[in-house]
Amino acid sequence: MDKQVSETMTDFLLNNQNVSTAPKAGERLSQTLREGLGQRDVKIGCDAGDCGACTVLLDGAPVCACLTPTQQAAGRHIETLAGLAGQDADALRLAESFQNHGAAQCGICTPGMMVSAVALLRQTPEPSSEQVQDALGGVLCRCTGYRKIIDAVVCSHAEQPVATSNGEVGAPIRRLDGANKVNGTETFGDDVAPRDALVVQIIRSPFARASFTFGDTEQWQAQTSGVEAVLTSADVPGKNLFGVIPAFVDQPVFAERETRFRGEAVAAVILHPDVVQAFDTTGFPIEWTELPSAGTVAEAKAAQAPQLHAGRDGNLMCGGFVKQGNAEQALASADVCVEGRFQTGFVEHAYIEPEAGYAEVVNGRVEVHACTQAPVMDLEALEIILGMDRRNIRIVPTGVGGGFGSKLDISVQPYLALAALKTGKPVRITYSRTESMQSTTKRHPSDIQLKIGATRDGRITGFDFSGDFNTGAYASWGPTVSNRVPVHASGPYRIPHYQAEARAIHTHNPPSGAFRGFGVPQSAIAQESLFDELADKLGIDRLEFRLRNALQDNTPTVCGQVFEQGVGIKACLEALRPAWDSERKAVAAFNAVNPVHKRGVGIAAGWYGCGNTSLPNPSTIKAGVRFDGTIVLHQGAMDIGQGANTVITQIFATALGVPVQQIQLVGADTDVTPDAGKTSASRQTFVSGNAARLAGDALRGDILAKVNASQTADLKFAGEMIEVNDGASSHWINLSSLSQCDEGYVFCAQETYDPPTKPLDVNGQGVPYAQFGYTAQLVVVEVDMALGTVTPIKFVAAHDVGKAINPMLVEGQVEGGIAQGLGMALMEEYIPGRTENLHDYLIPTIGDIPPIETLIIEVPDAHGPYGAKGLGEHVLIPTAPALLNAIKDATGARLTEVPATPARVRAAIKDLRHGN
Amino acid sequence: MQYFAPTALNEALDLMASEDLNIIAGGTDAFPARGQTPLQKGLLDITRIDGLSGLEWTSTGLRIGAATSWSEIARADLPTCFAALQAAARDVGSVQIQNSGTIAGNICNASPAADGMPPLLTLGAEVELAGPSEIRQMPLQDFVTGPRRTQLRPGELVTAITIPALPPHTRSAFEKLGSRKYLVISITMVAVVIGCDGEGRIDFARVAVGACSPVAKRLIGLEADLIGQMPQQVVITPDHLSPLSPISDIRADADYRLDVVSEQITRAIHKAALPNG
Repeated sequence: MDKQVSETMTDFLLNNQNVSTAPKAGERLSQTLREGLGQRDVKIGCDAGDCGACTVLLDGAPVCACLTPTQQAAGRHIETLAGLAGQDADALRLAESFQNHGAAQCGICTPGMMVSAVALLRQTPEPSSEQVQDALGGVLCRCTGYRKIIDAVVCSHAEQPVATSNGEVGAPIRRLDGANKVNGTETFGDDVAPRDALVVQIIRSPFARASFTFGDTEQWQAQTSGVEAVLTSADVPGKNLFGVIPAFVDQPVFAERETRFRGEAVAAVILHPDVVQAFDTTGFPIEWTELPSAGTVAEAKAAQAPQLHAGRDGNLMCGGFVKQGNAEQALASADVCVEGRFQTGFVEHAYIEPEAGYAEVVNGRVEVHACTQAPVMDLEALEIILGMDRRNIRIVPTGVGGGFGSKLDISVQPYLALAALKTGKPVRITYSRTESMQSTTKRHPSDIQLKIGATRDGRITGFDFSGDFNTGAYASWGPTVSNRVPVHASGPYRIPHYQAEARAIHTHNPPSGAFRGFGVPQSAIAQESLFDELADKLGIDRLEFRLRNALQDNTPTVCGQVFEQGVGIKACLEALRPAWDSERKAVAAFNAVNPVHKRGVGIAAGWYGCGNTSLPNPSTIKAGVRFDGTIVLHQGAMDIGQGANTVITQIFATALGVPVQQIQLVGADTDVTPDAGKTSASRQTFVSGNAARLAGDALRGDILAKVNASQTADLKFAGEMIEVNDGASSHWINLSSLSQCDEGYVFCAQETYDPPTKPLDVNGQGVPYAQFGYTAQLVVVEVDMALGTVTPIKFVAAHDVGKAINPMLVEGQVEGGIAQGLGMALMEEYIPGRTENLHDYLIPTIGDIPPIETLIIEVPDAHGPYGAKGLGEHVLIPTAPALLNAIKDATGARLTEVPATPARVRAAIKDLRHGN
Repeated sequence: MQYFAPTALNEALDLMASEDLNIIAGGTDAFPARGQTPLQKGLLDITRIDGLSGLEWTSTGLRIGAATSWSEIARADLPTCFAALQAAARDVGSVQIQNSGTIAGNICNASPAADGMPPLLTLGAEVELAGPSEIRQMPLQDFVTGPRRTQLRPGELVTAITIPALPPHTRSAFEKLGSRKYLVISITMVAVVIGCDGEGRIDFARVAVGACSPVAKRLIGLEADLIGQMPQQVVITPDHLSPLSPISDIRADADYRLDVVSEQITRAIHKAALPNG
């Protein structure tokens, strides 16, 4: 039989243009469109129809291009976002509406969303929310929480307001980088490689733990057509090692003798692009021997357990500890105590963009273009792996299609750099969805024991927390999680006698790392659940109980830190009071007449320290004015969809005193942008925002000094002239007459901000953070008592952000964080080998997120720029416990393990009825 | 290996007789099953074959072409006994999947959780098969023999699903249970066709359950017991569910599946039989 995959000419209409292409038999339309026809606005998230990012219109009907054989397009019309965005009236209105509503965050799902919406709008010009949900149900979004997408589609027929704001701090302007996200021109990790770039594919362990030996890879390469090179650990010129915490660097680029998790890389093959589709990695010469593994913390702690790393006895990587007063004694003498055990599983970040990028060698320097949350950390990792001077490495971040913590760690970067250096040619790599899920970091599974005691009048006296966190095979951000958890496990409450210990335990699983909240969402489930139990036992209203114990200005935290200002938790809790009262009444009325469906109201609170814990955490921002009056902002704070490009610019523009529209952004590129630190720990608005404010102030100061104007003077940039209006007097600065620096600036400023913190002592006492942000959320759920299904009805979310730099982006963070918290609470669990795709690993769809009312609370913080506090991670901390508390309120059943799947909820309801 | 997209059935059968080909229709199962691995066999695309798409009334009932998409089924104007099939059509994956995925593909993929199976079983659907030497027909319940297993012979393809006419007073309902709203593989699902006499007593009953056995199953004993009962007084006993053999997997445990299935059956009967069910 002829095993050659043949190509047949296929003609179709693509965005109203005739095209002729020669796809291989059975080629996916997504592949043909992106690689054959350059239509890279069609995004690939899963290659299995599970995410809808690749949605195109086939004769007007939305289909997944990844599931469509290209030959089926023959003689038909294919429309993609880039084609629609230029000419289709529905798409043009939708593009405006998406931007005005903040419906695109990272933008990776936006093409799929908009193309699906255009198909709907052609049939139904003024759709209802329900119609939008049905039409867009096949497209997953991990950033927005969907509500703004629904609003944008519902409102797209209405006239779009013309924005007039200068974008000063506090203005809800649309994203400054939003236009490319809605017209299909934004480029993500897989969108930047030249079409003839070599393709890297990684050989991965099929077992959680295995030893392996290579066969004759040279011979295999010689005998296999299209293989340019093979990479193994022997090809790593520097150290075959990386990690994010210097004291815990432990992960190899390629495993050397033994693999420690399913999906770990052992080798890479570099292929010519034309052989990739027909290439079968199973032919690679390697022999595997599966070895006994420790899949769970219990197995890893057992006496005979295989030890993952030398010097980490009992597979204990590290621990964190905070102690104040005497918890044991306080609990013994408390009037009332509650205790419980709470468990959570692995949670996958599930950004819709799998890791991807390309690299090439330019004048002896290696340049890596990839999606990342931390370009300078990537550079520092490559410096060690490549054994190269950092001046010879350049990181150029692409658009990032979601990160949520996982893209802080390197993934594709070393393979790209090694392959480019080995071959001297441009190389690219794109993880499949399964590779992405198998090999990148996860949220730590947790197993928590907690006991809390209080006085009869509802004052917490003692708190004893002990948690095991499954940190997987390598350290990643596990040390950060084990440090952060004991500092935060109290929640935003005054607890005089406190003890909290967290342990990070290695297992043969993917490394657990950073995921929005660094372990705090897990500990909050235990703490906020038991707060409800304690309030109920005391007969005190659950909201009142929290208010009674809430931190205030001048009360010490469990680390002994005393904030004289800026403590906003009471304001958040009080903001929920009206909804708490009205929703509880409504729920009681509903339950009185509904025997099968029961509703409940849940609340929970949270706090989160912004920036690194007791460690230096600087950001640097540079800005300059060119002789032609262009104001350039070198903005290195990675925008991964959250809006740093907009927020940092708003802060800078406000400090400088000009409209945001006049500022030209230079993106994060390690050659031209100073280090603004990683996008992590909810630090960019706070830390990089402060650096931007300082840079704006400095630039303004230099300009004013030129004409001896006062601080209150007004600046007007007009071409080569700056007009400085200072009260009655006006001055003009002719920029073209000033001398330029090497970078072509006539004025230039670079400023650094590092939040003031102090080390923690052996008992975790000290100043871990310069500021915390605070939150309290309320949720109403409906539980089907017979089936155990939980349907959230609405959220009310109060967030103290100090000062909302951009209220629309604040809402976007709140809604998106709630969606992730809801997923963790109700449906998400990553199980290696079983839920390695997006149809077995479920994240919320557009039909799963109810309306969310965001209450923005502004208790200014003295350290924050214009009073602002961080927000990103705070949001999902209270969501899961609020949902569990609402389920308890509705059913009487306390779920102590997430996800609260229908089967678990139903079992808990049945246990209750059987008196267990 | 080639991609063939014939327009005549004979042409397709000739190709299958001369080459070892995999059949592809909507691609919604074929591509995920293949994943990133290279193509192993040539492909026969059946979506352009004359007469293989669309719904058609015949003297004996409804004929649904093998390559008919779920969207076409959902949009069709059909009698009330097809309400469950149309509800299932709207629950398959997402709009994208419904626009591409076909009825025969759903059956031939032979997933225990195939959304189309329970409603088709309750409709008494038959599978029409064309092979090199004969055209044959067999009941759907015989055609699918196990997970990923059917009676399809080499060189043979499904050409249509035929549904004999049902009494005009019958109505149907579909209940699907999953952990999220869209794009969800069923934990369990139930389809019923119910008819009631002038007094409101059940005089026609078909009940099928999906995702609770290797192949979706009719509950014949329950169907017999339902006759003569008032819909609101129906009680499902463990005996009625004894043909089911659910497994425990990542979606739910076996006990839960049995527990909720009886509730879903009751709800589906109410929905089908009662005006405001």
